[in-house]
Amino acid sequence: MDFALSERQQEVQRAARDYAASTLGPVAAELDRSGRCPAEIVAGVAELGLLGREPDFVAYVAGLVEISKVWASLGAVIAVHTSLVCYPISRYGSDAQKKKYLPLLTEQKQLGCYAFAEPSAGSDAGAIATTAVRDGDQFVLNGHKRFVTSGRQARVAIVYALTDPSKGRDGLSAFIVDTDTCGFSVGEPNDMLGLRATGTVDVLLSDCRIPKGNLLGAMNQGFAIARAIVEGGRIDIAAQAVGIGEACLAHSIAKAKDRKQFGRVIAEFEAIQWMVADMSTEIDAARLLMFRAAGMRAKNPEDGRLTLAASMAKLFASEAANRAAYNAVQIFGGHGYLTEYPVERLFRDARAMTLYEETSEIQRLVIERELAK
Amino acid sequence: MNLEISDDQQILKQAMREFAEGEILPGAADRDEEARFPSELIPKLAEQGLLGIMIPDEYGGAGYDAVSAAIILEEIARVDAAVALLVGSHNSLCSGHILLAGSDDQKRVYLPPLARGEKLGAWALTEPGSGSDAGAMRTRATLEGDAWLIRGDKQFITQGSTAETYVVMASTDPSKGTRGISAFIVDRTTPGLAVGKLEKKLGVRASDTAALHFDEMRVPRENLLGKLHEGFKDVLAVLAAARIGMAALAIGIAQGALDEALSYAKRRRQFGKPILEYEAIQWMLADMATESEAARLMTWHAASLRDAGEPFLRIASQAKLYSSEVATRSTSKAIQIHGGYGYLKDSPVERFYRDAKLCEIGEGTSEVQRMVIARELFR
Repeated sequence: MDFALSERQQEVQRAARDYAASTLGPVAAELDRSGRCPAEIVAGVAELGLLGREPDFVAYVAGLVEISKVWASLGAVIAVHTSLVCYPISRYGSDAQKKKYLPLLTEQKQLGCYAFAEPSAGSDAGAIATTAVRDGDQFVLNGHKRFVTSGRQARVAIVYALTDPSKGRDGLSAFIVDTDTCGFSVGEPNDMLGLRATGTVDVLLSDCRIPKGNLLGAMNQGFAIARAIVEGGRIDIAAQAVGIGEACLAHSIAKAKDRKQFGRVIAEFEAIQWMVADMSTEIDAARLLMFRAAGMRAKNPEDGRLTLAASMAKLFASEAANRAAYNAVQIFGGHGYLTEYPVERLFRDARAMTLYEETSEIQRLVIERELAK
Repeated sequence: MNLEISDDQQILKQAMREFAEGEILPGAADRDEEARFPSELIPKLAEQGLLGIMIPDEYGGAGYDAVSAAIILEEIARVDAAVALLVGSHNSLCSGHILLAGSDDQKRVYLPPLARGEKLGAWALTEPGSGSDAGAMRTRATLEGDAWLIRGDKQFITQGSTAETYVVMASTDPSKGTRGISAFIVDRTTPGLAVGKLEKKLGVRASDTAALHFDEMRVPRENLLGKLHEGFKDVLAVLAAARIGMAALAIGIAQGALDEALSYAKRRRQFGKPILEYEAIQWMLADMATESEAARLMTWHAASLRDAGEPFLRIASQAKLYSSEVATRSTSKAIQIHGGYGYLKDSPVERFYRDAKLCEIGEGTSEVQRMVIARELFR
């Protein structure tokens, strides 16, 4: 066993930490409030290699933790772009698709988005109603997608649609869609509790015609693709949650050492000591589950144990981040309830972690199913 | 970074599982019911090297690293926590202290019989009035001629009545609290050593827990273990390492409970289908498995820091705190999944539930662990 990151992984981690501290720290709160993620920040993250370029998944995850500590919204943007857009194109894309889209998404620093969920279809992919109908050399897409992170800024979208509605989820196919295609339009930003700078929108597809060459993978392979890439996405969320948890712990320790009540710093009260001890314990455990899953995926993305490891990491880290955020606000007292302090945003952002890339309830279903095998 | 155990450790885990299921499990329920010490297992444990797990080969031990030790303790505790407690305390406390602080002579004399299982070891720190607060220790040792004269009482001593080699903590300078504590190696045959009451316990009932009384007990001068007045430093180091063992023990109990609960949920049918198909049951199993896995990784992390010679105090306390609380939660859920059958003495989870509680108390309560962790965090 070896619990230490390699030299190179530490370099990626350090670079992300420095960038987060110097560039993101001063502006994250304000940008989040106004719901903006400026292009120069996306470019800065791309320079770090975190937008689809980092070849070592463990190093990438270590970097993602550092970004998420300071600005969870940006962590979500990075994760969607890397694990849900770049990764499926590089794994399932044709040579022509890879040649056209990967440089756009990496060197040219354009964002990607992922259009899977719909008003009536979340975890239940069988309820997806968006259709793709073949018409000569084109597919014609029609439907309504929800929760599309970076949907407004993205240059490229991965869209799931039914190509054989009689087969339910096994009739789904995945498509690469240029977002400037006629018939692809975005709605108003989803007004969310947290992750407010992720540019999350509804996407409307209205007779959106794309070349037949933009089918990703094979016809009706969409659900299999979604299943195969979801583990990376779940580990990414574990990383964002670990980042949020670590930030909560660090802010809590600093506050407890500084804040005086009844003539002594509140760090001297057992009630506060108990909270930070539990936060530290759970976040450390979450980090280990996350790195174990990440290491497994780095070695072999088709490892049969990865499904269980990724769901455990995602479930545990996201729940631990919420407990940590709850306690951080508690340690800050009334101050924690003010938007002027960072724990207020962490508290709201943490809440998304148990929801997206499927809820904690779905993770438990997956875990139990793997156990009972 | 590689968070998986090596192939050798995987083989060890499998071998330990077979040994535990074949040799330890068969009598576990009866020993628990009768509160009977597992004397018959001592030669078998010794044969497997389990009474000298981390003792180097030159002293007759098996020379395993700390990660392997955690794997061994987990597999034993998965079937019988009382035997795991015997193995853990014998190794980490008594032998661990002698290995850490003993002179070459002391190690040569005392370790081989302990490692070979010819003698069992015990470690005597706790007193009726001094649990987590070692500074309140009242046992005194005074040098009289060529011998230490020790007077006092010890409480909750694992292997208290069956050990032949004891490590005993006593105050050599009562004015200095914990800075006046020293450690001594004491033979069972020492005049003045009397074994007191055997305790009846909620769980780990087959483990031997006894009080000790020292009445003008004369211990040879050269049996001072470590430096005079500096015993407490060694005590803390021994305890920090032992917490990794206690964490592994807790994970073993949690894993045992999970395995039983999963197998029962597949067999048990209600309303026309196995109860495994109900989400309420699935949720409990998923949480048990996830938390056990998290606890296991933390414990292995602490062990591998120890193997690398790096500081591990906070991580070991976190591992012990978390694993023990997982064990109590998981065993409680295991009973819940078994329903009324889990409440019966026939069910192994009934025993696991009682045994798990030990882990939140032994080697420092959960409250002491949180104190240690917070102190490290607020440094």
